[in-house]
Amino acid sequence: MTDPLLKPDSHETKPDWGLMSWICSVDHKRIGIMYMLLAVFFLLVGGFEALLIRVQLATPMNDFVSPQMYNQLFTLHGTTMIFLVGMPVFTGFSNFIVPLMIGAKDVAFPRLNAMSFWMLPFGGALLYFSFFTGSAPDAGWFSYAPLSTRPFSSLPGVDYWIIGLAVMGIGSISGAINIVATVMCCRAPGMSMQRVPLFVWIMFMQAILIVITIPPLNSAIAMLLIDRWLGAAFFEPARGGSALLWQHFFWMFGHPEVYVFALPSFAIVSEVIPVFSRKPIYGYAFVAGSSTVIVLLSYTVWAHHMFAVGLGMGPNIFFAAATLLIALPTGVKIFNWTATLWGGSIRFTTAMMFAIAFLVQFVIGGLTGIMFAAVPVDWQLTDTYFVVAHFHYVLVGGIVFSLFAATYYWFPKITGRMLDERLGKLQFWLWVIGFNGTFGIQHFLGLMGMPRRVYQFADNPGWAVCNAISSAGAVLMAVGTLVLIWNIWRSLRNGKTSGVNPWQAFTLEWATSSPPPLENFDRIPEIRSRRPVWDLDHPELADWKTEKTPEDKGSRPSPAKTAAWAFVISEAIFFILLLVSYVVFNSGKTAEGPTANTVLDVNRTGFFTLVLLSSSLTFWIAERYLRRTNMRAFQLWLSFTILLGCIFIGGQVWEYYGLISSGVTINRNLFASTFFTVTGFHGLHVTGGIVALSIMLLMARSGYLTSKRSVVYNAVGIYWHFVDLVWIAVFSIIYLGYLQ
Amino acid sequence: MYDLFITVVLISLGIFIVVTGLIVIALWRGKKEKAIPEQDFGSSKSEIFWMTGPILILIWIFVISAKLILTMNAVPKVHPADANAEIELTVIGHQWWWEIQYGGTSIISANEIHIPVGKKVRVKVDSADVIHSFWVPQLARKMDAIPGHPNYIWLEANKEGVYQGRCAEYCGTQHTWMKFKVYVKSVADYEKWKSNAEASFTRTSQSLGKSSDSDKNKTSGKDDPNLEKGKQIFLNEGCVNCHAIDGKTTPNIGPNLSRISQRKILGAGVLSYSTENLGKWLKDPQKFKPGCKMPDFKFTDEQVDQLVTFLESLK
Repeated sequence: MTDPLLKPDSHETKPDWGLMSWICSVDHKRIGIMYMLLAVFFLLVGGFEALLIRVQLATPMNDFVSPQMYNQLFTLHGTTMIFLVGMPVFTGFSNFIVPLMIGAKDVAFPRLNAMSFWMLPFGGALLYFSFFTGSAPDAGWFSYAPLSTRPFSSLPGVDYWIIGLAVMGIGSISGAINIVATVMCCRAPGMSMQRVPLFVWIMFMQAILIVITIPPLNSAIAMLLIDRWLGAAFFEPARGGSALLWQHFFWMFGHPEVYVFALPSFAIVSEVIPVFSRKPIYGYAFVAGSSTVIVLLSYTVWAHHMFAVGLGMGPNIFFAAATLLIALPTGVKIFNWTATLWGGSIRFTTAMMFAIAFLVQFVIGGLTGIMFAAVPVDWQLTDTYFVVAHFHYVLVGGIVFSLFAATYYWFPKITGRMLDERLGKLQFWLWVIGFNGTFGIQHFLGLMGMPRRVYQFADNPGWAVCNAISSAGAVLMAVGTLVLIWNIWRSLRNGKTSGVNPWQAFTLEWATSSPPPLENFDRIPEIRSRRPVWDLDHPELADWKTEKTPEDKGSRPSPAKTAAWAFVISEAIFFILLLVSYVVFNSGKTAEGPTANTVLDVNRTGFFTLVLLSSSLTFWIAERYLRRTNMRAFQLWLSFTILLGCIFIGGQVWEYYGLISSGVTINRNLFASTFFTVTGFHGLHVTGGIVALSIMLLMARSGYLTSKRSVVYNAVGIYWHFVDLVWIAVFSIIYLGYLQ
Repeated sequence: MYDLFITVVLISLGIFIVVTGLIVIALWRGKKEKAIPEQDFGSSKSEIFWMTGPILILIWIFVISAKLILTMNAVPKVHPADANAEIELTVIGHQWWWEIQYGGTSIISANEIHIPVGKKVRVKVDSADVIHSFWVPQLARKMDAIPGHPNYIWLEANKEGVYQGRCAEYCGTQHTWMKFKVYVKSVADYEKWKSNAEASFTRTSQSLGKSSDSDKNKTSGKDDPNLEKGKQIFLNEGCVNCHAIDGKTTPNIGPNLSRISQRKILGAGVLSYSTENLGKWLKDPQKFKPGCKMPDFKFTDEQVDQLVTFLESLK
């Protein structure tokens, strides 16, 4: 039963399905579908790599692939599954579902959305192009330095890995900023922040997490690239660098990244379980709040990947405690999902079965995670197959299973057709048996001491048979995947049509036709609770009658400013980490060669600092004139701001020229490396700001920027002031020597 | 360690059974498909009540593991003047083999560690190139070998025997074959081994010195022409650029080959040691350990024999 006012078939113009209509599309649904298709493509690629790995390990002392090939395979398998499957598929679901769930026409920035998506296939192409250069990256998906530095990885594989990741990172951050702005600014009337479906809330948290977690990776790979191409030595201990710094930076990205994947699966399960239990989620506030807690805590546990590096007792105990602590918010969720099932009326659809399997397998992965938090256990089991089993229970048994649940649950909405339930259940059992066969047994292999990342193993007692079982399970998963693809293919051709709300689900996406029309809704039902469609279907049992939720006050922030703030936060973390590396490498020991004290002219740069800071002032004055609609004065002060920015850049060029002509180049020593890296990236940001300001000036001259349409200008302002603020930090630390 | 592991496994198993049990019961009860069940939005009180158990369990795990961290990690950076900790080893990871230096002696070896039973041996774990990880599962924790960041652990065995060890951190192409063995001997056997090894190192150093100082015809090569020819191949065909055969620490691109005939493994575990296998290895190392740093020198069978004779003479 749905609202009779909704007319799903009222759209007479047939949509264009040609190739160009997809490439040029800025529709969030089509971009979402393209994200998913890209993920499916790379899932097949990464899955094929996994199969080759399992073929190699099926028997002892196998010679199927060379060690070089094997190392490339596991490097690409990890990199692909994380950056080209996990990231895009969740961004895809987020893109498709979030705007529908909040009753929006599209995401906040549809064109930025298209750009974010198209970064990914290019990044993926770069990564895989490395095969044609002689060697794919083979330093592991974690690319530990110094193995990944030039002396030990001289082929260009690692370079392609770095550039590919940088390109994909840009796409991920801009995509996440878009989701943040969409959730904050585009919610339908009536939908207060406390009324968004849990999927929206948790994907909002995930987007925030992406915004703050990719920057550490970016700083690390920027430094690695400078090492490799410009001869710096950040990560080369032989020349004074630090092998551990890479691990710290990498896992500051790498561990939150696990939650970037785990949160969306929590989001999916928090929708699927209630719908198929015919109950609301138990403890909405606790599920939502614990997700927020996870975002905050995920930044404090990175070094639990480093218990074996010899951090000392203090850090070991701290990170053990933090790691145990982060188990709590996850435990809260398990409790709430179980409580939602409790007393429900369960429908065992394929989606629900995948969600339940998620629950059980995720608990196993979580519990083995807790075992690793008991640090002495980690000292034995880390880098064995026990770890492989642990994180595949989280990433596959948990997250991939939740993705299958999402696929069966939302496929009718995305395509308008139902997936076949019998084929679905066949796939389910193939995967449950295959998955647990492959990875369950690996717990025991790990306990027997089988190490990770080895291309051959001697026939120790039990190893041959366990590995053979593990490989056989992988085949079942591959067959299950083919069943899914067959199921999708069949449904698209002649599947049952789904109608508006085939599952009697609760949230807004089920109030519009399947698939939804171009701008999603003809009319949005009244939103008075967290389950507007339930309220429509069961007026007598409507949620708002029993469960009070805060009313929507109706105010929404400006999308441009929200996005600018999110971007600035992301960039701030990037700079903080670069400055951390400056402090690490320049404090304490007296290094050979030039230092800040011997080669920098503090007074001269101090003058240019004043120039840059006064540009913030002139910008602010210009902004005031814009508000007072005095366009001539506005343009004058804006030009003045640009000029000051250019003078600052000129000063930097002068300084660089002097340094380089006296032999202080980026590869000279660690002071020079860190100095040029920090100030160079800042200079690039100033230059970007000058370009943005110049565009503002041009827009003002041709009448696009007026006092009424000045939001973009305000957003650029946030960025410009931020760049100045960063310089204050840079100047205090490098030139004035604070923190050293 | 083992006790902690068992405790944690049992706790986890308990939690797993409780959670899965609750899920199964909920599913069983919900199977009947009542049309519309009671719409329950949850209660803060029960959330907090249910969380106390897990919190207590986490505190429990934290306390028992923190206790163990404090004892297991306590290895001094300066060698203690403790009688129990009388010997000190330096273990240096190389791509893809282990260099072993015995503190206070001139003994340098590769891929094999000899220690006396019942003594605490302090091991300095270091690396010459990339990050490796030193791991003897039955005797000690894992400890990463990080260039520029030496780590220290205790190695202690209560039973004589041979223990397997290996590199546990991915370190490049041949990470797979970067194994070593730990021989735990009675104190008397250990002392005997040590004095033999030291004597051998002195001998080798002297004989090398002789050959370079004096006329080549006068050296021990007279007894066996193959021995002298093998020595010349070793010195002139490039071997000596990477391998040391006396008590010197360099060159160490490849393992120190002194007393190689006493070892049980070749190529850090890829072959077991025998005269025949040594010949096969010299003929084409890349066949057994593809990607390793030792190239195929295209030696003739005769040259291989001569080299083997020379290498096996280094006792």
